[in-house]
Amino acid sequence: MSSSKKIRVLVAKPGLDGHDRGAKIVARALRDAGMEVIYTGLRQTPEMIVEAAISEDVNVIGMSILSGAHNALFPKVIDLLKAEGVDNILVIGGGIIPQDDVPALKAAGIAEVFGPGTPLAEIVGYIESNVKL
Amino acid sequence: MGSEKGLRKIIKEWEEGPVAKTLAKFPERKEQFETLSGIPVDRLYSPSEKALKDYGPELGFPGMFPFTRGVQPTMYRGRFWTMRQYSGFATAKETNERFKFLLDQGQTGLSIAFDLPTQIGYDSDNPLAQGEVGKVGVAIDSLADMELLFDGIPLDKVSTSMTINAPAAILLAMYIAVGEKQGVPMNKLRGTIQNDILKEYVARGTWVFGPNPSMRITTDIMEYCAKNLPLWNPLSISGYHIREAGSTAIQEIAFTLLNGMAYVQAGVDSGLDVDSFAPRLSFFFSAHNDILEEVAKFRAARRMWARLMRERIGAKDPRSWKLRFHTQTAGCSLTAQQPVNNVVRVAYQALAAILGGTQSLHTNSMDEALCLPTEDAVRVALRTQQILAHESGIVNTIDPLGGSYYVESLTNQLEEKAYKYFDQVESMGGVIRAIEKGFFQREIAESAYKYQLEIDAEQRTVVGVNDFIIEGEELKLPVLQVDKEIECHQVERVKLGRRKRDNKKVLEYLDDLRKVSKGTENVMPSVLKAVRAHATVGEIMHVWREVYGEWNQPKVL
Amino acid sequence: MPATKLVKGVLKGNRRDLARLITLIENEHSSAATALSMLYKHTGNAHIVGVTGPPGSGKSTLVTRITAKYRKRSKTIGIVCVDPSSPFTGGALLGDRIRMQEHSLDKDVYVRSMSTRGHLGGLARATSDAVRVMDAFGKDIVIVETVGAGQSEVQVVEVAHTVIVVDVPGAGDDIQAIKAGIMEIADIFVVNKADYPGADKKVTEINAMLDLDSRERSWRPPVLVTNALTGDGIPELVDMIGKHMSYLQETGLLKQKGLQRSRDELEQIMEYKLTKELFTRLRGTPEYEQAIKKIAGRNDDPYSVAERLIAEFLTSVRG
Ligand code: B12
Ligand SMILES: Nc1nc2c(ncn2[C@@H]2O[C@H](COP(=O)(O)OP(=O)(O)OP(=O)(O)O)[C@@H](O)[C@H]2O)c(=O)[nH]1
Ligand SMILES: [Mg+2]
Repeated sequence: MSSSKKIRVLVAKPGLDGHDRGAKIVARALRDAGMEVIYTGLRQTPEMIVEAAISEDVNVIGMSILSGAHNALFPKVIDLLKAEGVDNILVIGGGIIPQDDVPALKAAGIAEVFGPGTPLAEIVGYIESNVKL
Repeated sequence: MGSEKGLRKIIKEWEEGPVAKTLAKFPERKEQFETLSGIPVDRLYSPSEKALKDYGPELGFPGMFPFTRGVQPTMYRGRFWTMRQYSGFATAKETNERFKFLLDQGQTGLSIAFDLPTQIGYDSDNPLAQGEVGKVGVAIDSLADMELLFDGIPLDKVSTSMTINAPAAILLAMYIAVGEKQGVPMNKLRGTIQNDILKEYVARGTWVFGPNPSMRITTDIMEYCAKNLPLWNPLSISGYHIREAGSTAIQEIAFTLLNGMAYVQAGVDSGLDVDSFAPRLSFFFSAHNDILEEVAKFRAARRMWARLMRERIGAKDPRSWKLRFHTQTAGCSLTAQQPVNNVVRVAYQALAAILGGTQSLHTNSMDEALCLPTEDAVRVALRTQQILAHESGIVNTIDPLGGSYYVESLTNQLEEKAYKYFDQVESMGGVIRAIEKGFFQREIAESAYKYQLEIDAEQRTVVGVNDFIIEGEELKLPVLQVDKEIECHQVERVKLGRRKRDNKKVLEYLDDLRKVSKGTENVMPSVLKAVRAHATVGEIMHVWREVYGEWNQPKVL
Repeated sequence: MPATKLVKGVLKGNRRDLARLITLIENEHSSAATALSMLYKHTGNAHIVGVTGPPGSGKSTLVTRITAKYRKRSKTIGIVCVDPSSPFTGGALLGDRIRMQEHSLDKDVYVRSMSTRGHLGGLARATSDAVRVMDAFGKDIVIVETVGAGQSEVQVVEVAHTVIVVDVPGAGDDIQAIKAGIMEIADIFVVNKADYPGADKKVTEINAMLDLDSRERSWRPPVLVTNALTGDGIPELVDMIGKHMSYLQETGLLKQKGLQRSRDELEQIMEYKLTKELFTRLRGTPEYEQAIKKIAGRNDDPYSVAERLIAEFLTSVRG
């Protein structure tokens, strides 16, 4: 096929959470791993995230929440993607997500959840080996 | 100076001046202070007779310009810092219980954490608030919630700090209204509203309006407080969030003092006399891991502010020169791995804050990287402060590290490096322009990324995270979870409140506020009227959203 | 999925197919050219507006404002925003979307962020094709925001009918004033951030520069003043964009430019194809490597070798 394929990632901050240190660091790490990263900024609704993901034709959606709203917002993004018939986007999340919440999020379709202290290389590696191009 | 005689003279001046004056009003905690082994401890240790050069102008004495060694003549020999744990979750009821628990445990001030919908000005029943109500702070929609929050807590007995920014005027008005109901007049109210919108754009993210309207509301609040709430700090100029977003210590003080200057200038430009409001400005910094750098940072910040206010702004009242600050230990240094280690980190950071002369302190809890603090965790955090105050002995003399070659040299260097940013920002056309361009944000993001890369490359050790790891560690701490039901409950409550009040009156007051907001009159009286009539935070903010529009971030990455 | 399969969807107005086709074009997928040729006859209807200017001058904010205005007039909008790629890793951070999210739920506004992928000139190699796909998709207006421009990022002029150059009132030594190269491509000047002091001075400066321009032309670029935060000056700007298009139509310049563009484009495509063909044949062959070694060893020279290789190539093509 072609030699110039790039992994495109949407890094998004759903909800009202303003903690963006982690999201920005992850975005930079992905760029430095050669990916094209679209950063949406703060205060995104699930609808906005899904719309941006489709328009930008990304391979990965990475969401960051540290404000405890993950149980409400992460699954909603998955539902909207399904409603749009999108099934080729890898959806991952990170932030302050209690261990007890992780199984339900995974069951809802979040492929992986990364907590505090995760080395950036682990995130890059995960995307590289799980993305569907 | 430069001679023994000179030093004696200035010490005498200090003792007979500020110290005597303070002692007359506030005697020290003890007649005599001593070390654990019984050696007497003096109030202050000064340089050896040989090393006098520059002492006066650079360090001065506690309570004297340029305040490098502290803002009060007796510091903790008179009174300890205020122990103030930031707390809030779920509804007013749960948070009220937590407040009472903390006061019972010996906390000496209150500090309210609001939930994100409140901070961004959405009522609990706004669709954008879904999933966020009461999650990371207390949900306050109307005066009814605020009354419940302070139920059984007399406002003339506590000082209260509120981390509220874009809607600061509204929450202050609610506090005033609660005071009225309790029979406490506003001139007796003590406390602080954060009200520092500039750092919201830069580091904290709960901005709503753009810089111009925001600065106008801020100056209205400063003016109102100067006239009506003499004991209130209308602004807490915050470096904490800047540091937590990833900045260095240098950036923390540089950006914070730059923001501080911008507020002072805005106040002056709006026609206020600087000495009418500057004495009530307060600051908020982080206490991070590097103990001595942090001590030097606090000292440098004090000296810089004193000089900026006196020399650049021309403030005459010495109180306008004093940088008084609250400190919080660095949350970002705390780990989810082996969380009990956090107790140790916090203790060292708190030590730095005290050695640096803070006026109040929040110590983080060991479950910081997991959840909002549980009761048990926050108790240990508070005990850490109490141990420092009552057992460590570091409180018995003032600025014990003053004169350390290392600390003095670091103090000078931090100051010098911070001033470099002043020049840079000036050449950009000032703070607001620099923020609009994303300059501060970009500098911070760079530092944060660099820090993370160093951890990942193991050039920087984080115990329990990239070294000294416990393989297969399992979390043993209990985690505080806010009940899902809370949201439904609060949504019902705000809806009920809207049905029970006099809606005609509310509309009338909101209309009045709209007019005032478009004009130039002070907005506070109109806000207070609306709040008394039980207009909600969301409704008042909506009026401003219509009048002022909403801000958005620049591209930073 | 081959690009050709997406063409139908694009013509039917399917956003997802539009998005995917642009990806295939960016990735130089082998079927992309065919898809573009299938779409070609459906293009030529959109008014293509370029927005360029120094970093942080307010381009994205202006684009958002202009879009809002056009939406009130029921125009459909496509937007391409270009950010530079990292020269070291090839990765990129694309951030213009932050300021355009207010339109993200409007199905008639399509925003696409693009990395330059190493291409110079202020656009990505795929930008003009992406614009074309949006045109075929049926967008009335397609807006292209270039990377924050210095002086050589002028390629937008090859893509847009109307080029807006944005500048801001001076602010000390830090400001990167627009440079001559950029000045020359402007059809409309905008002095944004009129809320800051010095907007009038900036207008005067730009006008003075225009006075110096001795080229014969019937459209003197107007200098407008805007405040993209409040929207002041935006209606005038949108009207001016329309006026510029009418001017192009009335003077026949649009047709003339179209001819020129078709010629340029045809030549570019041919050049690209030819060189690509040539090099696929040459690179890696022992003869070629041998010839290079000879040149380096001064046993031959690049001039004669080039002549010889091209002659051989042409013969082989004819044969
Ligand atoms: C820094 C910080 C802040 C800074 C934020 C600065 C900024 N611009 O980001 C400041 C001081 C402003 C702040 C404010 C608040 N904070 Co705070 N904050 C923290 C703190 C201490 C560290 C977070 C951090 O940046 N860590 C460093 C980064 C690099 O790590 P990270 O974000 O975890 O990211 C890593 C992983 O999580 C993962 N990851 C994260 N995002 C993503 C995304 C993707 C796609 C992937 C793959 C991976 C990934 O990879 C990263 C690399 O390892 C945490 C506690 C802690 N120690 O974690 C509290 C914490 C998150 N804050 C908290 C709270 C409550 C607040 C406030 C809401 C308080 C209030 N009521 O006002 C405010 C409001 C902020 C707002 N606007 O939303 C709580 C949240 C509680 C909860 N969820 O239950 C915490 C947990 C502290 C606590 N225990 O109370 N905070
Ligand atoms: N005061 C003021 N600020 C403005 C105006 N227009 C834009 N801004 C601010 O300028 C900053 C940059 O705006 P953008 O629209 O991102 O600028 P840009 O030219 O697209 O920036 P790049 O894409 O990074 O080159 C933001 O903080 C805007 O809020 C204006 O008219 N007045
Ligand atoms: Mg832009």
